[in-house]
Amino acid sequence: MTTAPIHPINEADMGLGSRVHSWVISVDHKKLGLMYIGIGLIFFVIGGIEATLMRLQLLKPLNDVLTPQGFNQMFTMHGTTMVFLVGMPILLGFGNYLIPLMIGARDMAFPRLNAFGLWLFIFGGLLLYYSFIGGDGLYGMGGAPDTGWFAYSPLTSKAFSVGHATDYWILGIMVSGFGSMTTAINFLATIVCMRCPGMKWMRMPLFVWLMLTVGVLVLVALPVLTGAQVMLLFDRFLGAHFFDPQQQGSVIFWQHLFWFFGHPEVYILILPAFGMICEIIPVFSRKVIFGYPLMVAATLSIAFISLGVWAHHMFSIGMPPWLNSIFAASTFLIAVPTGMKIFNWIGTMWGGQIRFTVSMMFATGFLVMFLFGGLTGIMLAVVPFDWQLSDSYFVVGHFHYVLFGGTILAVFSAIFYWFPKATGRMLSEPMGKWTFWLLMIGLTLAFLPMHLSGMLGMPRRVYTYQPGRGFEIWNLISTIGVPFQILGVLLFVINVIKSLIHGRVAGPDPWDAWTLEWATSSPPPSENFPKIPTCTSARPLWDRKHPEDPDFFYE
Amino acid sequence: MPFKFFSAVCLLAFTIVTGTGVYGATDICAPGSVGASDAATPMTQTILPNIFDPHSPPARMIQELSWLVLGISGGLFIVVEGMILYGVIMYRRKKNQKNGAEPRQVYGSNPVEIAWTIIPLLIVFVLTLTTVRAIRSIELTEAPEGALQVVVIGHQWWWEYRYLDPNVPGGQVIVANELHVPINRPVWLRLESADVIHSWWVPALAGKMDLIPNHTNQTWFTAETEGLYLGQCAEYCGNQHAGMLLRVVASKPADFDAWMQTQIAPTVNDPSVAMGRDIFQEYACSTCHTIKGISDGQFAPDLTHLMSRQTIASGVAPLDPATLRAWINNPQELKPGCNMPSLQLDSQELDAVTAYLLTLR
Repeated sequence: MTTAPIHPINEADMGLGSRVHSWVISVDHKKLGLMYIGIGLIFFVIGGIEATLMRLQLLKPLNDVLTPQGFNQMFTMHGTTMVFLVGMPILLGFGNYLIPLMIGARDMAFPRLNAFGLWLFIFGGLLLYYSFIGGDGLYGMGGAPDTGWFAYSPLTSKAFSVGHATDYWILGIMVSGFGSMTTAINFLATIVCMRCPGMKWMRMPLFVWLMLTVGVLVLVALPVLTGAQVMLLFDRFLGAHFFDPQQQGSVIFWQHLFWFFGHPEVYILILPAFGMICEIIPVFSRKVIFGYPLMVAATLSIAFISLGVWAHHMFSIGMPPWLNSIFAASTFLIAVPTGMKIFNWIGTMWGGQIRFTVSMMFATGFLVMFLFGGLTGIMLAVVPFDWQLSDSYFVVGHFHYVLFGGTILAVFSAIFYWFPKATGRMLSEPMGKWTFWLLMIGLTLAFLPMHLSGMLGMPRRVYTYQPGRGFEIWNLISTIGVPFQILGVLLFVINVIKSLIHGRVAGPDPWDAWTLEWATSSPPPSENFPKIPTCTSARPLWDRKHPEDPDFFYE
Repeated sequence: MPFKFFSAVCLLAFTIVTGTGVYGATDICAPGSVGASDAATPMTQTILPNIFDPHSPPARMIQELSWLVLGISGGLFIVVEGMILYGVIMYRRKKNQKNGAEPRQVYGSNPVEIAWTIIPLLIVFVLTLTTVRAIRSIELTEAPEGALQVVVIGHQWWWEYRYLDPNVPGGQVIVANELHVPINRPVWLRLESADVIHSWWVPALAGKMDLIPNHTNQTWFTAETEGLYLGQCAEYCGNQHAGMLLRVVASKPADFDAWMQTQIAPTVNDPSVAMGRDIFQEYACSTCHTIKGISDGQFAPDLTHLMSRQTIASGVAPLDPATLRAWINNPQELKPGCNMPSLQLDSQELDAVTAYLLTLR
């Protein structure tokens, strides 16, 4: 551990109790960020166990590992967990940890609000999981919610959801949602107000640009979900009829509200991943990012367009042809800025000297897998094709390629890249390579066959399927993918624990990188920088390392 | 041209890969194996829910569109993954390249960046026009000329079909779970729901369309091949979403008319099974099930001509005496979570009710 003399307390000297205490009371953006990521990873394991149970149930037709309701609870909790308790906190955690370091600030704009957001997330997650114990309400009504992660009305009404499971779903997500909103406000305030001298807008690292955009999307999209959930609570407890078809309420209204949140949410989950890739590919290709201004423009247009595509989740509800056409067109349009990003990443690698560290391997894996998920997304936007594919296993395959092949691989890439900064020690590269290949094999085996079973007519969210329809082999292969993933994640956990204790000492700048977080010690002191740095270009450390050819010559 | 070639390769690969699954298939209720001897339609084949095996205009139009889309995305996939692969292999750090000796820094290139903005825009333009045209030709707002009109009502977890026919008393013929249609005649479905959202999806006939409470949808198809088309509910609708299977029997017009006559015919009243009928009427059965002239429950499938079907429990189990008896004894065994309760009948009562239901031809 490199402990700078300015540290008021040396953590290594403290007892376990006071160490835990120091984390609980912390308002330091780095500790909060790490707690977000750590707890997100714990929920990742829980969500993974739920997925494993589902895959065991679907191993063969008419299997009975889980009851129908048990299976329905598993996919509801798996989806809700992975989106709200894994994706969002891990990505917001990275934002928390990295934004002040990247823009040369001492902390976030509102440190205590930041801590408040973290604890709201944690308690929101606990509230959701308490439903396993407290959701019963009436005997035999079962524990956890079983309405699917998008909780379509009227399944969530008192008539069809009798216990308290749906209420735990509403409250848990609402509470952790408030946490995300406070974090988004913090991101915006920090990025707008606290950049170090010289860091103009067009000198911000792309990760910071992406997190700024995510902050805006969270603030626009999440309140709509919260509002819809309040209306649902009114329906359930105060006799309102927003979503009650028997009293002229509209169940489609819920879908519009949910997906007006839900589609930007998808971009909330993928834009930070883009940001990570934008930082990692240049460093390991030894080249500046190709087309920085275009990357910024693409980011902003993705965010803007993403607010106008939500009804492509609803092509089969019987919208009139003109409305279907509009949402198809806006959905196609979003492929253009997304494509620009992919091309610019390839342009960055082109002519470089690529170092295949584990982090870069995951970044390349991200490119390969995300491209596939993006292309199947274009297929789903072709409305008539979607009438066949929507709500089938094809969709399940598609979004797992985007969220696992995209977001989760980028997160692994980011963990291997920034772990040395956060802990002062390197992760083991050989073990990391095993993790990489196991995950790549595991996710291809698990998610590629889903596209086929979907095209053969297998709907999603079925607890079992009929023999003789051609689903058996694809489901079997999907389940075979699971042990590969389990092994990969297990190796990763061992890697983290081992490296924390025995890992090679990293030093401040192990990757010879260019952004400001590498200008301070690893781990950074609690005030981040002994002296606030000044920024001379989009790659301040490049300028220091190459005074003969600095970036600002080309601005 | 390369797109077309690529689509052809995709088609070929898909056929090879899925071939065994498609053609070696058997249905639990394949013809001959069950007590459906008087079903008016001799079954020729079972048509699986494969979206690339269309037997109706909407499904075929979607398949043709899908080849274009698969071709374009397949082409993009090969080009871009090829670029990634090439870049990754060609621009690896070589042994002789040392730390500190950085490659040339390229900040961007306007012509290149404009090119990879314009080209995707053009592709998107083509896709949008094609999609809009396909939507216009598939999504009809009025019933096609001379269509057979059927109201489909989704229930947790079974399907109700009401044939609209002004010539029969009541103006409609109500059946459950197995939709019979004549071949080569358009069928216009009006989709409604009695409880939550369901979705009607028989991939070989048409894309899916949701059944939404307090909101009416339409869809249509024209079956071109005789046979039993399989599908299932495609919108999560609760416990037994997986047990809400769809069966559409398409047959020659004459066979269809014969089947329709059996559905219009009065209820069979066989005095030798009076005990079973009395139990049916006295116990809770009659609260939910309709048997014309006997009971008028609305919550569960109409049983007036039960024995003209091949399956029970919405396609989950074959209709044979032993399965029917087991089903009445404890429905939760066959279809856990379904809304039909076990009435705790004793063995003699079970036999009587089963015998009665078996007469309902």
